[in-house]
Amino acid sequence: MPDLEKRSDYILEMKDISKFFFGNRALENVHIEIEYGEVHALVGENGAGKSTLMKILSGAYSKDSGEIILDGAPADIATPQDSQTLGISIIYQEFNLIRGMSVSENMFLGREPRTMFGTIDSKRRNEEARKWLDRVSVKFKPTDLVQDLSSAQAQFVAIAQALSKGAKLIIMDEPTASLTTKETETLFDLIRDLKSQGISIIFISHHLDEIFEICDRVTVLRDGLYVDTSKVSDIDKDSLIRMMVGRELSNEFPPRMALPGEPLLEVKDMSRQDVLSDIRFHLRKGEILGIYGLVGSGRTELVRALYGADRRDNGDIALGGAPVEIRSPHDGIKHGFGFLPEERKLQGVILGMSVANNVTLAAMDKITRYLMIDEREELKNTEHFVHSLNIKTPSAHTVVQTLSGGNQQKVVVAKCIFTDAEILIFDEPTRGIDVGAKYEIYVLMNELTKSGKSIIMISSDLPEIIGMSDRVLVMWEGRITGEFDRAKTPLSQEAIMKAAAGEVAA
Amino acid sequence: MNLKKYRYYAPEFFAFIALLTLCLLLEWYSLVKFEKSFISYDNLVINVARQVSLNAIIACGMAFAILSGGIDLSVGSIVAFSGVITASLVKNHPVAPGWAGYSVAIAAGLCVGTACGFLNGLIVAYTKIPPFVATFATMSVARGSAYVFTNGTPISGLPAAFNEVGKGYLRLTESWRIPIPVLLWLAVFFACWFLLMRTRFGRYACAIGNNVDTVRLAGINVRKVYIKIYMLVGLCSGISGVAQCGRLSSGQPTAGLNWELDAIASVVIGGGNIAGGRVTIFGTLIGALIIGVINTGLNMLGMLYYNQLIVKGFVMIIAVLLRSGLNRES
Repeated sequence: MPDLEKRSDYILEMKDISKFFFGNRALENVHIEIEYGEVHALVGENGAGKSTLMKILSGAYSKDSGEIILDGAPADIATPQDSQTLGISIIYQEFNLIRGMSVSENMFLGREPRTMFGTIDSKRRNEEARKWLDRVSVKFKPTDLVQDLSSAQAQFVAIAQALSKGAKLIIMDEPTASLTTKETETLFDLIRDLKSQGISIIFISHHLDEIFEICDRVTVLRDGLYVDTSKVSDIDKDSLIRMMVGRELSNEFPPRMALPGEPLLEVKDMSRQDVLSDIRFHLRKGEILGIYGLVGSGRTELVRALYGADRRDNGDIALGGAPVEIRSPHDGIKHGFGFLPEERKLQGVILGMSVANNVTLAAMDKITRYLMIDEREELKNTEHFVHSLNIKTPSAHTVVQTLSGGNQQKVVVAKCIFTDAEILIFDEPTRGIDVGAKYEIYVLMNELTKSGKSIIMISSDLPEIIGMSDRVLVMWEGRITGEFDRAKTPLSQEAIMKAAAGEVAA
Repeated sequence: MNLKKYRYYAPEFFAFIALLTLCLLLEWYSLVKFEKSFISYDNLVINVARQVSLNAIIACGMAFAILSGGIDLSVGSIVAFSGVITASLVKNHPVAPGWAGYSVAIAAGLCVGTACGFLNGLIVAYTKIPPFVATFATMSVARGSAYVFTNGTPISGLPAAFNEVGKGYLRLTESWRIPIPVLLWLAVFFACWFLLMRTRFGRYACAIGNNVDTVRLAGINVRKVYIKIYMLVGLCSGISGVAQCGRLSSGQPTAGLNWELDAIASVVIGGGNIAGGRVTIFGTLIGALIIGVINTGLNMLGMLYYNQLIVKGFVMIIAVLLRSGLNRES
């Protein structure tokens, strides 16, 4: 390196970065500066723009406008290869490692050392790998298969790989999500070690405690906008949370009119090893019960177990005081549950089939006469839903694939209602849906509860939880860590966030 | 009217156009070369349709397997196994004289076919073994069973009355007659069309081929649907096996060799999606006829069977290419 002098105070500056998806703001005029040898936290709610910003940095997305300055020189990052060449490495939550291959094979995939005959020089590859593995101080061998490693160890391989490619800036996206407390400590030791070697790290985490433990500075994003950057030592957790959720709730949500009635569903002692423990809650008629929690907190697992889609080890479910047995989705539907899954396109609708076929799928006995499908009846029912739920579709025969996300979601709602469901489980009902359609879904939820149906709504969107729920359960690591009733006290974002981070509410 | 619906059936439409074009080309060639019409009742029904009928019956069942995202490679072996069972009950172990005995024999053949299908269905429904592998194994088991059952030698010399199921005609007038296998084909065609278009079973099969997770969450017993699908394929193969037995006047353990290929080809050439989720029975019928017309046409051109195999392979590639091309546009 001819130029050993630092040309800038920062290894990385991202200036005025903007990115829009189909006119929707993902990022607008966001900036971030990373110092040499710094661990810099990037925080914000789901959808705040953290991932988009990092994807622009790693070359997975292209920016609409803005400037990236690396080591004092403007950098043009168009592809992931570009960012790697410039010394930026991103360690994803799901590590990009091939499970059936060895550690060293993975580390040198596509750039294997060759022998004089052009064949792969495994010996040299293993030696090289050993060198880099030593640098992250791990015990396993370069010849071990990745599938035999724990997720913590796999992460170390990914980091060693990044170092071997000459990474000066490493982005870690939720690195502790699948680690135990002890493994997290080991990872933090490594991070401190890397830092002392002058390597900068961008650390993305939902776990605020970790940020205070390991990071030097923190940048907060909200709704695609830059909020603030500050030294971690200058702030506390409460002020950080306030920065993250800061916005006032405007009229994004229709007012809740329905008044919950008497208890309808009672769940006791539900558990499943390593996933759910000691779950107990109730649901009242006409109520919207919000369930909030971070990814991996067990919220989806909870409702899937309730619906019968996943097994559970224990758990009594009672409807109107009478115990019911739910072991399969068939049982769930029979007892009046309707499930709108998180993955709309993969689990909610059948994209290649018509609106009518989708709506009637779960209750085909209602349109079957003498073993035959009564297509007139099917059409009549579908058109009823198209009208009452305001599904925008050219016809009942239109293939669902061609509808917008919001209308696809309404098709799933229609499917649930057609089974005569009384309790509707909505898992992330507005994910990937644009703002106007979101509002329509909220109005629909209000109308459903007014007509006597009850709704359990899972959401990662805190404003949505607060704007729509009568009561909120908060989950953390498979247990319920908080319950907030709007009838008693106004729902507070700070309190819900704390419970979601594992602090049991008073 | 509903344009979307028409576009949905575009692959079938193109297959149909291809069939017409082939027929017209051969008509022209035949008139010039042999001064004989290709498009005649005798040629198309007595010759082409009869030739492809037994395979087309299997293709109707295969359509369901492919629709659900699977495949059934064991059909040819089931033809042999159910055929030799029927032949043996007709000839060596008649339960009763005449048609009473034949009926029992035929029923036994159909049961054997359905049972093989049931086995396929069980494996597909209850294990993670892919249908390709499961039915590949059954293919070997059923073929082996046919050999073991017959000691490797055909059961020949079946009574002429029984052979009618494969060779006979339904005579409407002196000159108008329909081959029995073609009648069987029509019956199976309509039954399968009805199952696919008008019953829950057909709807579920299609839904599973599109997105099995959604179907599971809709509270539908997916395993039961899989088992029914493969039982249906087995039954179709059994029907085909019994008729083939009559056509050959014997139970041959080598019957139906490689028939799975033509059955799959019929579905695919007829516009079905080999990856599942979109298959029509009508298209499958067109596909089978296209194969029949090509075979007959190539015979007419004096092409050797071996060369015909090569041509058939290319036709399949072209058919699938056209289809995926269509997909990309829409």
